[in-house]
Amino acid sequence: MRRHEWLIEKVLFISAAMAILVIALITVFVVAEGMPLFQNYSLWKFLSGLEWDPNGYVFGIFPMIIGSFYVTLGALILGVPVAVACAVFLAEYAPAWMTRILRPAIELLAGIPSVIFGFWGLVVVVDLIRDHAPGRGLSIVAASIVLAVMILPTVINISEDAIRAVPRSFKEGSLALGATHWQTIRSVILPAARSGILAAIVLGMGRAIGETMAVIMVAGNSPKLALSIWEPVRTLTANVALEMGYAAGDHYRALFATGIVLFIIIMLLNSLIGILPKKAGDER
Amino acid sequence: MRKKVFVGLLVILAVMFVGVFAAGCGGGAKSDNVLTIAGSTSVQPLSEELAKAFMEKNPGISINVQGGGSSQGIKAASQGIADIGAASRHLEESEKGMGLTVTQIALDGIALIVHPDNPVNNLTLEQVEGIFTGKITTWDEVGTGSGPITVVTREAGSGTRGAFEEMVLGEGGKITDNAIVQASNGGVSKTVAEDELAIGYVSFGYITDDVKAVNINGVEPTPENVKSGNYALVRPFNYLTKGEPQGLVKKYIDFVLSPEGQEIVAKDYVPVN
Repeated sequence: MRRHEWLIEKVLFISAAMAILVIALITVFVVAEGMPLFQNYSLWKFLSGLEWDPNGYVFGIFPMIIGSFYVTLGALILGVPVAVACAVFLAEYAPAWMTRILRPAIELLAGIPSVIFGFWGLVVVVDLIRDHAPGRGLSIVAASIVLAVMILPTVINISEDAIRAVPRSFKEGSLALGATHWQTIRSVILPAARSGILAAIVLGMGRAIGETMAVIMVAGNSPKLALSIWEPVRTLTANVALEMGYAAGDHYRALFATGIVLFIIIMLLNSLIGILPKKAGDER
Repeated sequence: MRKKVFVGLLVILAVMFVGVFAAGCGGGAKSDNVLTIAGSTSVQPLSEELAKAFMEKNPGISINVQGGGSSQGIKAASQGIADIGAASRHLEESEKGMGLTVTQIALDGIALIVHPDNPVNNLTLEQVEGIFTGKITTWDEVGTGSGPITVVTREAGSGTRGAFEEMVLGEGGKITDNAIVQASNGGVSKTVAEDELAIGYVSFGYITDDVKAVNINGVEPTPENVKSGNYALVRPFNYLTKGEPQGLVKKYIDFVLSPEGQEIVAKDYVPVN
């Protein structure tokens, strides 16, 4: 029996080590493929350049960094209020039978492949924007709307958990003092669940920045700095995915370097979660 | 109970290792009955048609047609990842030293497509150049129709884009940064079909009923006009092999160049023989 325990422990340890090894390998690979670019091309020009023209040996990804930022911010502005409202409803108002319908529906939303979202965006959202707004539909707004829907499940689920984790006594105390249900939610429950909701938003942000397929289909992918939300935009992920199949030489390295930038942004985001206070009340 | 869990874990691990091992071996192994063609997405629909006909004639042989783009096809052929690389452009200087044999299998025209409701029927090559470099930005300037032009192009590195830039823009010309970028012929076609003010360029094989192909310098984009040399935007479809084609590869390429194969080519493209 003892020996089995020991073996199982080792097997589990190897499995855990594998996960870390894979991350390490990916990091090493991406960096090794991308870094050589900077022997031929200045890092500053790469990060701040406004023009992307691989054939003319110009690799500036600033418009795409901004592009990723635009669509992510747009997705958060559109998606987070809806998601948090939905989480409040699920945790505080929804009767049990309604939760039983809403939950699986939200989980289903999380399970839809991104290409399907992209297709929906292309056929419905882009068409609507083209008919009712300036520009040609393929735009920052289209990408933001599609991404807003895609981050809903992440933000709803984690926010709802955070709201449910608020100690019952907080709510009871507030109600006992004569506050209405809504006043309690607004002034007691939401502030107490704040860090969990922030974590949900950060995770949603990570999902939005990393999304590729759906964005390629609706964003228009022009590699220039967008000056209006109705203009097409290219994100970092789209840049890599669009051109990887064709790239060679320094163009190929520039795409991996784009991947490094994306990698760093995502890592910064993830470490943001670590900084956030873990539980309600921790900050005091 | 514990024993069961333990045995289960071992079995799962064993299966994983065997799976990885088998996959690793299978990927590298070459069968005599399987042929892989990879490369240009423009050549892809033609390769698929040809492969289908070849497989019908030769039961037991399986041909695997993949996309990836011209550059990828050239790389795949030179590294032996694919038996045949497909390219919809000429080899670049840097690619000529790779020891590849080029077999031209067809000629393809590049068509300028617009929305069916767009009144434009003819464009001069100069107008096309103006539109794609961003000098002409509205349909009013073209003389037919009105409103801003949505320029739709392909991503950098695409064979179709390379051929288009070479033939239309000439030296130093650059497609406007305002252009919408789509990753495939199908994507361009779809975007143009949805947008009444859009213009894009696609391989002849991708002209559908949802879009309208315009005449260039008064010449209709048809295989006949490509053959006669009247149509301006023509490029080769090439198959690339490492060294001289041999065995099954040779058999397949011979079939493609045979009257039977070229008849299939002639449906949408221009035969070479």
